[in-house]
Amino acid sequence: MLRRLRKRSIIPGFGLTLGFTLFYLCLIVLIPLSATFLEASKIGWHEFWRAGASPRAIASYELSFGASLIGATLNFVLGTLVAWVLVRYDFPFKRLLDSLVDLPFALPTAVAGIALTTLYAPHGWFGAPLTAAGIHVAFTRLGIIVALTFIGLPFVVRTVQPVLEDLDRELEEAAASLGAGRLQTFSRVIFPAILPAVLTGFALAFARGVGEYGSVIFIAGNMPMRTEIAPLLIVTKLEEYDYSGATAIAVVMLVVSFVMLLGINALQSWNSERENMSVEQPVALAAGVPV
Amino acid sequence: MVGTLHLRSAPAVGESRLIRGTLIAIAVVFLSVFLLAPLAVVFAVALGQGVAAFFSTFSNPDTLSAIWLTLVAAAVAVPANLIFGIAAAWAIGKFQFVGKGILIALIDLPFSVSPVVAGLTYVLLFGAQGLLGPWLVAHNVHIIFAVPGIILATVFVTVPFVARELLPTMAAQGSEEEEAALTLGAGGWQTFLRVTLPNVKWALLYGVILCNARAMGEFGAVAVVSGHVAGLTNTMPLQIEILYNDYQFVPAFAVASLLALLALATLVVKSVIEWRIARRGARV
Repeated sequence: MLRRLRKRSIIPGFGLTLGFTLFYLCLIVLIPLSATFLEASKIGWHEFWRAGASPRAIASYELSFGASLIGATLNFVLGTLVAWVLVRYDFPFKRLLDSLVDLPFALPTAVAGIALTTLYAPHGWFGAPLTAAGIHVAFTRLGIIVALTFIGLPFVVRTVQPVLEDLDRELEEAAASLGAGRLQTFSRVIFPAILPAVLTGFALAFARGVGEYGSVIFIAGNMPMRTEIAPLLIVTKLEEYDYSGATAIAVVMLVVSFVMLLGINALQSWNSERENMSVEQPVALAAGVPV
Repeated sequence: MVGTLHLRSAPAVGESRLIRGTLIAIAVVFLSVFLLAPLAVVFAVALGQGVAAFFSTFSNPDTLSAIWLTLVAAAVAVPANLIFGIAAAWAIGKFQFVGKGILIALIDLPFSVSPVVAGLTYVLLFGAQGLLGPWLVAHNVHIIFAVPGIILATVFVTVPFVARELLPTMAAQGSEEEEAALTLGAGGWQTFLRVTLPNVKWALLYGVILCNARAMGEFGAVAVVSGHVAGLTNTMPLQIEILYNDYQFVPAFAVASLLALLALATLVVKSVIEWRIARRGARV
């Protein structure tokens, strides 16, 4: 059976490693996830709709998606800028800042949460001058956006950086020698080349933000209908022993994350196709540069 | 040659000093505000009332047991996902078979599931109200609100790390070297240990340190299954939450500073590995 599914090879261990991989995934990931859908199916449509689409739940989805969208958009612009600066320019402490970009991946979310809250609280380093200026960040929706921008920061930078590094400078030289201005070269030559990577990073940051919990709950204020994110509502329902309510909201979020996973996979394959297509070659040949 | 040199120095390629300076300034300010400041504030608050106050945190038995539980959870989750990662990367990287794309997407799944939902799935399976709950209660097995639940939740959220780092490297290496070793009479294990492992060791190490950082720092999934039993089912991030909500800021940030140091160490190891890979690439 297995032999028919794969091409012949003398490398051993196919059955063992594939079998173990499937067994492990089923045990740790698939069976628990199926249990959630099984529980949800027991609830019944009416009850499911009451819990999963209550005004409070809908407010929390709107907040989680809206704040993630704004955070991911900020990272779309600033992440691309940071990737550009790190690849193209030299300045003091560049390598240090480059390594620090991964901090949101490595720093536990609870630590990020209390650190950001302390910074933006009314007496904090940033909170004091901002409060004096009439801008309240901690315990408002603005605080949630700050936390989700922090969490999503590495995604755009790290997907765009390698594409920018591989981008052939001769392409820009060709555009310039043909009379394009710098801005025109960027918008017509560079940006289309990095767009799949930027969008992949944007989608990853957005998906991460929607499910994010630890870094948000400290700075959010957690007021129902106002500053209560969807993952927190699940925790609140659980603490009230409202298992069907928690399950309904979790299923809504699971379905959304499956759809996003499919979208991200499509973006990633577009991204790698672009990289392999090697658009530089025909242009370079046309410009008379030996490849 | 002269033409190429002329093109390289053409002022049209590259930005004016003003634009260059402005872009660098924006990037440095953005990264300082969003990365350096949160890191700095952790250590500033932790050490704000002196070194003695900082160290007195670590005489609290609840804090010590939280540190111990974090180490235990990572000590199970990291080796489990290391073995899984190697098996998955071997099966996917060295063989062609139907359904490969689906399998890769399934391995990525824990990345796209909210940690809170991950925790909830275990509650619905093993909790007192859950599918297996009555059987577990009858046999006096405690998973939810106990240590096994915390370990399971930690394993779930860290499933993809090692596999994700190993897969591209193992696939890129191809199978020629292994086939040569096998043709020369080496056994399967021998081939793996002597040929494959040395080729992927940096990717493997990278996956392990990322997996470890996430395992020790996981909050959402663990918070749902923990039940917050002080001294029993609190990990370091949960202990930080309890201390912080109790307005014990110095102890909260003292524990947080340990995890921040772990994050910094992770970034240093990552930079060293990337530097080694780049140097090796340059030599080839």
